[in-house]
Amino acid sequence: MRVGHRIGLTLIAASVVAMYGCGQKEEPKKAAEAVAPAAAPAAPADEAVTVTIGSAGPLTGEIAHLGKDNDNGVRLAIDQANDKHLKIGGKLVKFTVDSQDDQADPKLGPTIAQKYCDEKAAGVVGHLNSGVTIPASAVYHQCGLPMISGSATNPKLTEQGFNDIFRVVGRDDQQGPAVAEYLKSLNVKKVAVVDDATAYGEGLANAVADTLKAQGITVDAREKTTDKATDFKAILTKIKGRAPDAVFYGGMDATGGPMLRQARELGIKAVFAFGDGACTDTMPKLGGDKNVEGMICSQAGLPVVAASKSFLDAYKAKYNVDPIIYAPFTYDAANLLIAAMVKADSTDPAKYLPDLQKISYDGATGHIEFDDKGDRKNAEITIFRMVNDKLDPIAVVKGGKSVKFADFMKLAAASAPAEAAPAAAAPAGSMKEEPKK
Amino acid sequence: MDTFIQQLVNGVTLGSVYAIVALGYTMVYGIIQLINFAHGDVVMIGAMVAYSVIAVLVGAHVSLPPLAIVVIATLFAIPVCMAVGYALERVAYRPLRNAPRLAPLITAIGLSIVLENIALIIWGRAPLPYPQIIETVTYRLTSHPDGATITNVQVAIIGISIVMMAGLLVLIYRTKIGVAMRATAQNAQVAGLMGIDVNRVISITFIIGSGLAAVAGVMDGSYYGVAHYQMGFILGLKAFTAAVLGGIGNLGGAMLGGLLLGVIESLGAGYVGEFTNLCHLSGWSHALALRCVSDPHLALFGSNYQDVFAFVVLILVLVFRPSGLLGERVSDRA
Repeated sequence: MRVGHRIGLTLIAASVVAMYGCGQKEEPKKAAEAVAPAAAPAAPADEAVTVTIGSAGPLTGEIAHLGKDNDNGVRLAIDQANDKHLKIGGKLVKFTVDSQDDQADPKLGPTIAQKYCDEKAAGVVGHLNSGVTIPASAVYHQCGLPMISGSATNPKLTEQGFNDIFRVVGRDDQQGPAVAEYLKSLNVKKVAVVDDATAYGEGLANAVADTLKAQGITVDAREKTTDKATDFKAILTKIKGRAPDAVFYGGMDATGGPMLRQARELGIKAVFAFGDGACTDTMPKLGGDKNVEGMICSQAGLPVVAASKSFLDAYKAKYNVDPIIYAPFTYDAANLLIAAMVKADSTDPAKYLPDLQKISYDGATGHIEFDDKGDRKNAEITIFRMVNDKLDPIAVVKGGKSVKFADFMKLAAASAPAEAAPAAAAPAGSMKEEPKK
Repeated sequence: MDTFIQQLVNGVTLGSVYAIVALGYTMVYGIIQLINFAHGDVVMIGAMVAYSVIAVLVGAHVSLPPLAIVVIATLFAIPVCMAVGYALERVAYRPLRNAPRLAPLITAIGLSIVLENIALIIWGRAPLPYPQIIETVTYRLTSHPDGATITNVQVAIIGISIVMMAGLLVLIYRTKIGVAMRATAQNAQVAGLMGIDVNRVISITFIIGSGLAAVAGVMDGSYYGVAHYQMGFILGLKAFTAAVLGGIGNLGGAMLGGLLLGVIESLGAGYVGEFTNLCHLSGWSHALALRCVSDPHLALFGSNYQDVFAFVVLILVLVFRPSGLLGERVSDRA
């Protein structure tokens, strides 16, 4: 414990030193640039303020590649903001990113949050995992530090009544209705719903079952397994006896893949649908190539290819790779913080928070506004289909309306030149109402 | 009827794997009255080693028939598991042989954690997809086109289990080492006085049990298509339950217990909902009848009670036959 503290302190000290170091190094350049616009020759160099934006996510461990992707998104936004030489409160502002590694460990979430609070960061983008973000959010709320997550989808995060916690992706409970909506468009009459008895899986499966029932589709066989099970043949045999048109499973790929394989072995021909936990590239390996062909799954948010072209080009130019999943969202999150600061003309969290709550912003992932809880209004859910071992986006569900992915991309492309039009996507989406296949 | 036959086939396959793992528990218990909780993780090591061998062979494009690749992988996994089993006994259990009962039990739990973490370091925490190199062939069991089926893998698992169980019985009841094992089980001290190397017999017991575990691991992995560093925990727990159900320490009991547990689980998951279907009682309550119109399968207990069902059977058996179905009453054991 004591060692932990000491390391923590050392890290804080190091980051503070690094911060000052950066600030000083940049000053001469900034002074020169401040002169260049020729507006304020009187502004002395030491008036440039360093503003720290936190970027927290797993930078080591199993999903380190996703954490790095998130961090890259934030860094790109900050670099672009610095290139604009923004002035806030009459002073030139230099943004720096303080990246912290939460190792996807819920225990580290609050520790890192406290670190940001202590070093008076102006805002935080993070964390990646819902499980880490939720405990950390309590600390951010306590010290009044606004946090925007670009990837945490668990509904609980914004149900805590914290007015300074936001997310720019959809929620798990928007995913369920979206999948159900899509299944309905396939004209299924009878659906079997299974979950893995975890908070995530059960919540998702219940949302799917409720939406299906409300649509007049029969939910026949509502089964449960566990997230550690390997044998699903008993419940699948029961499901086979009911002969459903589709099966929805709320759970992760580790159980979803084997379940799909066992279902095909038993000769169940129904369409299989999953949430984002099983919407991964490992499904063909876990379930068997020919078994997963045609499976349906959903992800909160939009696929990377649907992000704005200017973002994708800038990301590629800076990092020489393509973003993986959530980088467009963390990029937008960082830009939202900056936009709110500019609007409020202050980097003080207490002062810019009201502007962040009311913000209306067009980012790489489309138009962003927050509702009272801090969730993104009209967040998109994307439906994918497995084609030749690749997840192929087929539809985007937004505000209860499902649009074919190709049409969505066309609309996005059409609205892109008129970037200022804030609600371009929404009315266009409601025009295209019939994604019947 | 088709559903029932299918559940029976599922249950027997699952039960065969349980039975093979349960044999490992029961052999060790029979000889030194130790519940080797690390046994499930030996199964896991077997599955993982076989996974690596298959992955290497497939990756190297060796032109062998798929069956040969699986056999080679199994032949690699067996000695590795035997070595692990021997090492566990030699390093961890033998020094504690005369310690109080609780010490080796806790050690076994500790070893289980150690094995899991070693596997975590070597193979990572993601579930490993078992390469499906053997083409699954499905045979119809009834005339109905959508009826009950059995796959070649299921047939193989059931067949191999029967052969291994028969082989083990021959080993125990027809060979010299079998006599030594039975003698040690009855009374280790006296067996030692009769010139039996008790330590050697105990080591061999662990080695045989671990060899069976390796085969069980390969069967489990190729049947379900995944291997995971924690797969041994639940499997071990179920197999232990099977051993207790049949009467721990009794070989026939482990086989019977394993098969029974598998069948009970399958039928339980399949029929708990039917047995507790509240809609049979619609005549009693108008509100219930109304709900049953929209949901004809409204059940008190669903398939989430599948494990509960299995354990209720275990408890009932233990209430009426405390030493298990085939176990003999032993006054001072367990």
